[in-house]
Amino acid sequence: MKSAVIVFPGSNCDRDLAVGLERASGKAAQMVWHKEAALPEGLDVVALPGGFSFGDYLRCGAIAARMPIMKAVVDFANKGGHVIGVCNGFQVLIESGLLPGALMRNSGIKFVCKDVELVTATANSPFTNTLQKGQRLTVPVAHHDGNYIADSDLLFKLQSEDRIAFRYANNPNGSVDDIAGILSENRRVLGMMPHPERLNDPALGGNDGSHIFESLVKGLMAPA
Amino acid sequence: MKARVDITLKNGVLDPQGKAIEHALGALGFGGINGVRQGKVIELDLAETDPAKAEATLKEMCEKLLANTVIENYSIEVLG
Repeated sequence: MKSAVIVFPGSNCDRDLAVGLERASGKAAQMVWHKEAALPEGLDVVALPGGFSFGDYLRCGAIAARMPIMKAVVDFANKGGHVIGVCNGFQVLIESGLLPGALMRNSGIKFVCKDVELVTATANSPFTNTLQKGQRLTVPVAHHDGNYIADSDLLFKLQSEDRIAFRYANNPNGSVDDIAGILSENRRVLGMMPHPERLNDPALGGNDGSHIFESLVKGLMAPA
Repeated sequence: MKARVDITLKNGVLDPQGKAIEHALGALGFGGINGVRQGKVIELDLAETDPAKAEATLKEMCEKLLANTVIENYSIEVLG
């Protein structure tokens, strides 16, 4: 599995994300600076990391989503490439139009930084295929703007197309329908607020996050 | 030519920051507040001298970057 992690000024989970991808696939992820206009050849997965790209100015992820590399990422996704965006990466995916809805200020106003329990809402995706529907994972969240909103039509669409990947067991930010992560229409783009790359080593207190990277490897190794 | 763009949350979109301001005003003793919404103002200084062209460019700027039209409305004022 060949992967790349996009690095923006203010990204701070890029290296952890690269470690997660490398541990699961056995192949080092390539780090790609946001000013590049093209992705490396032959990629299977592009990952957008957490952090505070461009200082969260204007709107979280808004400026990053307009950087040159994102045109290439959107093209990659539109051609069927796999893309995962975590936290700020999820915000960038939404701002770039690869995922629908919006992420607003947490309903409790405060920055939320803690381990949360996630419930796997679907096993039918390249990111969750080693999990069972209903399986619970402990993964940290650390965000100020993770309150996912969708109007009733979009919410119905996400629900009826089985595109909600994860829900919070105890909603920390006010997200509609407890949504923690969603999939694109072709199921190959995942955006999620919780950080699987931050709980990916027993030495750090757990490795529930590794399921997502292992699912990707499994999904991509499977015959088409 | 100077211009001003006001960006506000659409009706129905929960505004936790507006709510916090409302509560804080209440705590200061200001009564009778039926609602508070927080938005942002962006002031631009443009080289363009034709107001109609400036407005068209500003609209494009709003659609492409300045506003998230999923949740936000914008209004443009060309100040001359």
